[in-house]
Amino acid sequence: MSTVPPSTPPPPHVEKMRAENLGAKFPDAVALRGITMPVIEHKVTAVIGPSGCGKSTFIRCLNRMHEVVPGATTSGDVLLDGKSIYGSAVDPVGVRRKVGMVFQKPNPFPEMSVRDNVLSGLRLNGIRPASPDVVVEAALTQAAMWDEMRDSLDRPGGSLSGGQQQRLCIARCLALEPEVILMDEPCSSLDPIATARIEELIHDLRERYTIVIVTHSMQQAARVSDLTAFFYLGELVEYGLADVLFTRPEDPRTEEYITGRFG
Amino acid sequence: MSDAARVRTLASRRASESFVRGLAAGVTALTVVGLASVLFSVVGYGARGLSMTTLTALPRPAGVPGGGVANAIVGTLLLVALACAIALPVGLLAGIHLAEARTGKLVRLARTAADALAAVPSVVFGIFVFGVLVAWMKHFSALAGGAALALTMIPTVTRATEVAVRAVPERLREAALALGATRHRVIAQVVLPSAARGIATGVLLAVGRAAGEAAPLLFTAWESRFFCDDLREPTASLPVSIFTYTISPYDDLHAQAWAAALVLVSLVLVFQVTARLLSKRRDDVS
Repeated sequence: MSTVPPSTPPPPHVEKMRAENLGAKFPDAVALRGITMPVIEHKVTAVIGPSGCGKSTFIRCLNRMHEVVPGATTSGDVLLDGKSIYGSAVDPVGVRRKVGMVFQKPNPFPEMSVRDNVLSGLRLNGIRPASPDVVVEAALTQAAMWDEMRDSLDRPGGSLSGGQQQRLCIARCLALEPEVILMDEPCSSLDPIATARIEELIHDLRERYTIVIVTHSMQQAARVSDLTAFFYLGELVEYGLADVLFTRPEDPRTEEYITGRFG
Repeated sequence: MSDAARVRTLASRRASESFVRGLAAGVTALTVVGLASVLFSVVGYGARGLSMTTLTALPRPAGVPGGGVANAIVGTLLLVALACAIALPVGLLAGIHLAEARTGKLVRLARTAADALAAVPSVVFGIFVFGVLVAWMKHFSALAGGAALALTMIPTVTRATEVAVRAVPERLREAALALGATRHRVIAQVVLPSAARGIATGVLLAVGRAAGEAAPLLFTAWESRFFCDDLREPTASLPVSIFTYTISPYDDLHAQAWAAALVLVSLVLVFQVTARLLSKRRDDVS
């Protein structure tokens, strides 16, 4: 389609997800207009833009969490493996199992133990794993926190540090074996060291998962992403390879934003 | 001169502050004095009439010494249990619905109704159940008493549940939803466990209040001189026993009324203290 911007990565690449003319509204405001954009498999896609540009709303549309807000609606379509996730026969609950989400503020279940937090996704889906210990170790290992947590599995999730809580949330998400992981400014409440650990983790996770990360930090987007999308006032201004977008932006608004003239 | 004026103003402000502080402390002390004097007289008079017989024996005919209020103690526990069996399912479900649905005509109406119900004097619930249940069954019964007490509990339980469920942070609901949980699993596995202490506190407060109600029981459970072995029969209860003994002309019944009051206050105190402990632990966690 002609709307696909020129600088998509060289083949071979697979479109894991795709937004088609996606729009999103809140009862009192339009958040997104006419977004058409692919999400490439096993790549990290960063969504950047000034506050209120619709970047969080965009990823919340990718796992149908946007509609959880009372009165919030979407238009257009989102495809996962070529199939609409907004079809009338599609259960949003099934979509969210395949497309996991990590939130801006770490939200482990505070009174549940670390172990139960990791298993909570399965339990909330009515699944009793045959060997829960294996699931817990695998998920915590993938989230790069098994070594520091192996002796603290019974500590309540709320007692961990902010960075540990966020990695626990990632482990909780991984335990469900999603295909896509959406991250909504996952480092915005963390210190630089915890942020660096999450960024390393994102780097490792792309081997197995497709990742979309919203960030207000252009440096972070440049560090972690293969592809970057710049949103402004609810519209997609520019999308392309991260190094191209950050060095030779096509749209003057992108250039102004990444050179720090607004935002 | 302006300096002097400022100093005077400061002094007078200090004076008015200490006056208001003193007033507040005095009024606060008054509430403590109120509670203390009630407890003091109940314990003072009640302890004199209280013995093992009071707790274990059935009432004797007026004028015959001895006898106790065992049937009223059992009756009160039975009535409260019945009231809980009716009020808890209704109040919990209504409270959860009010908190989770948040908006909508029915929700607003139900919330107003719960508030209005809370303001209805409990004697009115007694008359209502008399008119509906007692008149239909043609006699007083423990069931009718339980129903009347349940009506006094429902608004408290509903609003306490709503407040506790609403206090569960939205981000925990979002976390569970994003993990692919259905709405009712989110409520059952995440929201309710987080809200459990707050709900329990509200329930215990409602139970404590219901246990002490005499008015709704006067025309519903009525009273009885025996243990209640059939829910369709009238039953004794501590508040009604206190009422009937107090208006009787016999001194030994007056003594028993005080003893029953002491038992009732102890019972209610247990509920209140448990509720307070639960809510305190909740504050410590959050």
